[in-house]
Amino acid sequence: MPEVKVINVSKKFGGGKIVAVDNVSLQIQDKEYFSLLGPSGCGKTTLLRLIAGLLQPDEGEIYIEGKLVNNVPPEDRDIGFVFQTYALFPHMDVWNNVTYGPRVKAWNEERSERIGREMLEMVRLYERTDAFPHELSGGMMQRVALSRALATGSKLLLLDEPLGSLDAKIRFELRNELRRLVKDLELTAIHVTHDQGEAMAISDRIAVMRKGKILQVGTPQELYMNPKHIFVANFIGESNFLEGHVEEVDKETTIELRREVFVQISDITKKKGERVILMIRPETFVIEKGRKKKMNSLYGHIERLRFEGTNIRYEVRLENEDSIEVSRPTLVGEWFNVNDEVTVSFPPDKSYVFTYPSKGLREELAVE
Amino acid sequence: MAGFNITKILDLLSSKPVIRYIIYSSSTIFFFALILIPPMLGILLKWDLMGQVFEDPNLTSRATSAISASFLIAIFVSVVDLVAGLPMAWFIVRGRTRLLSIIDTLADLPFIVPTVTLGYSLLLFWSDPKAGGISSLFGSSLVSPGWLLVILLHFTFSYPVVVRVIVGALQDYNYMYEEASKTLGAASLTAARTVTLPILKPSIIASFILALARSLSETGATVMVADTFENGPIFINNTRVAGQEGPMVLVSLILILVSAAIFAVIRILGPRLKMPIKRIWPNTERVLSNSGIVTTRNSVSIAIFLVLVLIPSLFVAFPAVSAIASSTFSDALGGVGVWQGYWQSLGLSYFIGIIVTLLNVIVGLPMAVLIARKRMGKVLPVILDILVNVPLIVPSIALGASLSIFWRNFAFIPEIGLLIFAHLSITYPYFVRAMAAAIERIDIELENASKILGAKPFTLFKTIILPLTKYSLFAGAIMMFARSVDETGATLAVTTLKTAPVLLVDWVRRKVPATSLEIGLGCAFLITFSFVVLLVLRLIVRGRGRY
Repeated sequence: MPEVKVINVSKKFGGGKIVAVDNVSLQIQDKEYFSLLGPSGCGKTTLLRLIAGLLQPDEGEIYIEGKLVNNVPPEDRDIGFVFQTYALFPHMDVWNNVTYGPRVKAWNEERSERIGREMLEMVRLYERTDAFPHELSGGMMQRVALSRALATGSKLLLLDEPLGSLDAKIRFELRNELRRLVKDLELTAIHVTHDQGEAMAISDRIAVMRKGKILQVGTPQELYMNPKHIFVANFIGESNFLEGHVEEVDKETTIELRREVFVQISDITKKKGERVILMIRPETFVIEKGRKKKMNSLYGHIERLRFEGTNIRYEVRLENEDSIEVSRPTLVGEWFNVNDEVTVSFPPDKSYVFTYPSKGLREELAVE
Repeated sequence: MAGFNITKILDLLSSKPVIRYIIYSSSTIFFFALILIPPMLGILLKWDLMGQVFEDPNLTSRATSAISASFLIAIFVSVVDLVAGLPMAWFIVRGRTRLLSIIDTLADLPFIVPTVTLGYSLLLFWSDPKAGGISSLFGSSLVSPGWLLVILLHFTFSYPVVVRVIVGALQDYNYMYEEASKTLGAASLTAARTVTLPILKPSIIASFILALARSLSETGATVMVADTFENGPIFINNTRVAGQEGPMVLVSLILILVSAAIFAVIRILGPRLKMPIKRIWPNTERVLSNSGIVTTRNSVSIAIFLVLVLIPSLFVAFPAVSAIASSTFSDALGGVGVWQGYWQSLGLSYFIGIIVTLLNVIVGLPMAVLIARKRMGKVLPVILDILVNVPLIVPSIALGASLSIFWRNFAFIPEIGLLIFAHLSITYPYFVRAMAAAIERIDIELENASKILGAKPFTLFKTIILPLTKYSLFAGAIMMFARSVDETGATLAVTTLKTAPVLLVDWVRRKVPATSLEIGLGCAFLITFSFVVLLVLRLIVRGRGRY
């Protein structure tokens, strides 16, 4: 059963100047849908290609099904790989693309044909067997690429931004289909993406990567509810960041924001006097008209608002000159207007506190 | 500012459809009147003489064997080029070592180095027991001048062409397809055979055509190494010298027609040619993909390149270097004896080369735009796209023979004029094809953006098309120049004037008493100047980046 283990793997390019993957260790369980998530250039595709054998690691070990595969060429790793631009062979029709794997593995004709038919029926393209890749739409090409990768019977599916070049609507449809397929066929999938929404919707677990390193591995819920790193907090979902320092640590932590605004949070891991960043998600806030005295109340006025369909987003300028974004469901509660005086509050256990990054906040959140 | 005004005037003129129409039609008329029609028509003017061949059975059999020799050698050599060149190109692109990048540069040389010098070099290497080449090991000529040496020669100059074209194609090739194939379980050889090669098929066919065309056309070097053996071009040359116009015309016509037919067949059938990719032998191909076999293959490729191409080509350096140490060198620089004629010939060659290059750039640019951007209706550009290739595939001496018959009717044209016309025809396709391809590669949206921002046609050409095709323009111009300097067959056919390669052929064939030191040095000068041209090209390309 395909279980993938990556131990202390590094990969450098450009004569060692660019460290694409930096001492990464990772374990992916059998039948797990696993995503490598991060901004472009974070090393996620390199890591996937290392697992596939398309690249050789400079250091470290890679195991598939408990077997060390460092010196095993891609053709002997028994994997399925879906390329970002699909890499459908332009000189072969759909049928020959899909049955290529069985043919190079010299399966008997009957078996190859059966697998080819099953795969194409599964992605609903059996009627298009005679079509050439250039005659297909993006979504169809994606499905052919998928069925070609699966036709070899491999139980480990590697996907490099498989939905990246599709229209938004089709992307949504296909990502549900993809997950259902992987679960139905009991595959192990490793999916590379830069789209956090996609990773959240499709994965059992996600590894968030930046600059060649893995910052956090967890289920979508864990990453959202309990980010261990300020970059993860920012990259998964949306966040407000407020600067301050720890005023008091007791049963709760009291943080002083700018201009003597005090708030309480449940996290008591920080030390008194420490410079910190308070992170609160826009959808956490309760927003009310006027000046209400409640726990963790922040006062200000609506500076701008954006209607986004499902949500309305308010930009609130607080009295201490900090600015925060508040997101509310459009169809729940009242709407506010620009210049309305408002009170914004949040519960102590739904906010997170991070030590102020030594290189500054901007550098720590940079995606490039 | 004057420059500003000129641009403004040219912009104004270029905005007028009439002016554009005039430019495109004059370019088209020039092509038909000077490049295409004369070489086609000349032969037909001598239609009545063609029967002469059949009056003399000896002549008939000579003509038949010369024609078949030409095509057999060309096809054989081109096939061998592919078989030997493909693995070499593969090795150059995939091997990624410093040595290979040097070999890659060496593969450029045959485009620039005159073939006649190659002919002499091979003669020394394979046939001259006193020259220190391979024959000196045996004490006698290993390969005597004749058909075998002709085959070796044709392989030597056409193999690098094939390697060059395939290396270029492999570098542009999207490696992803091969990776996809490997992730599906294909061994390296299987991936190459079923995925990469079929995708590269157009380039493979193109390289085959180029090799074929070069082999069919080459005259100067072939004359040097052929002794009494005759292929098409040599037969044409011999009958021309003997004043037998009928056989010359007939063989020229047949060479032209059969060449055209072969190229048409390849062009039509090539794209439909299916490579055998259905059957896969996973175990055999896996064994053949192992590193031992690959190393052996690479070593054989390098060995073929060294023994059959590089070392024989460089052999002319020996007499050249000895000449530098002797009095021959000072004689040469002083223009004493045979050298007076040499420098005159070299001057003539470069003069013709420059004139021809300038003229073709001027008339070829509008043609390239016309073809690439489908101006002047839908049909004309497509027809022109095919017709500009004709001078490329026609054996140049046949083209020259026909051309000279045509222009002889216009007695007022001086011989040097004929020479220029012949070289115009032969070099024209090199430039127009390269430029048209370069212009086609420019995204049409760039032109649209420029127009929307207010650029008139001339400004658009000056600010967008020219800067983006600069490299191809220089490269095309230098190819043209090099081809003109190298051209022997057509030159022999149209004039008694001695260009440098014609003179060297005379020296080697002992028509002019020249020592081997003199011949070697003569070749070396020609190569050195060609090298400078190549170097200039490289510097231009490097200095200005890709564009």
